Amino acid sequence: MQVRSEASKRYNGRVIWLSLLYAGFLLIAVYGFKHALVPDTLKYVIAILPALPIIGIFAALGRYLVEEGDEYLRMLMVRQILWASGLTLSIATIWGFLDNFGLVGHADGYWLIALWFIGLGIGGLVNKLTLGDGGC
Amino acid sequence: MENRLRVLRAQRNWSQQDLAERLEVSRQSVNAIETGKYDPSLPLAFRIAELFDSPIEEIFVSPSRRSSKAI
Repeated sequence: MQVRSEASKRYNGRVIWLSLLYAGFLLIAVYGFKHALVPDTLKYVIAILPALPIIGIFAALGRYLVEEGDEYLRMLMVRQILWASGLTLSIATIWGFLDNFGLVGHADGYWLIALWFIGLGIGGLVNKLTLGDGGC
Repeated sequence: MENRLRVLRAQRNWSQQDLAERLEVSRQSVNAIETGKYDPSLPLAFRIAELFDSPIEEIFVSPSRRSSKAI
């Protein structure tokens, strides 16, 4: 059975809104730059616009950890975050050295975010496999 | 940590969900504690002890005492 604590419901709601905001900001930035509609003074602001909701998701995750009253569910999320961070940092380190010696192409930094969220999913799977039903 | 939570719950005919509601935690938390996969914090262990009106050491088996028995 999937666990839905009140804190978890609030977190999911925030993530949905931030994801919609991300899609909207990304469209604005891509369309603006593609059609040369962005004035020079606003280029940096528009370019980082899609990054803001992603940062918001990290903040929402932090807020979830503060609001979650169930210590076990909180621990599960902390484990997921550790998996996500460990996986991302490990792959970034390996990629950095491979890139440095000219063995792979240069990767854009924002791929790390995608990798981190994949790591969060893997962490959830590890919870399920190691803690069974208790792993949610 | 080994414990008698399942026995104490069964004596009262409570499901894991019943116990979880009384402790204000998720059913998964109760399951993880019962199966020894998760050790509760001291405040939660006290809440469990107070709910069953028993000292903590009558519900949870001390790991050091358990290993000394094994010797």
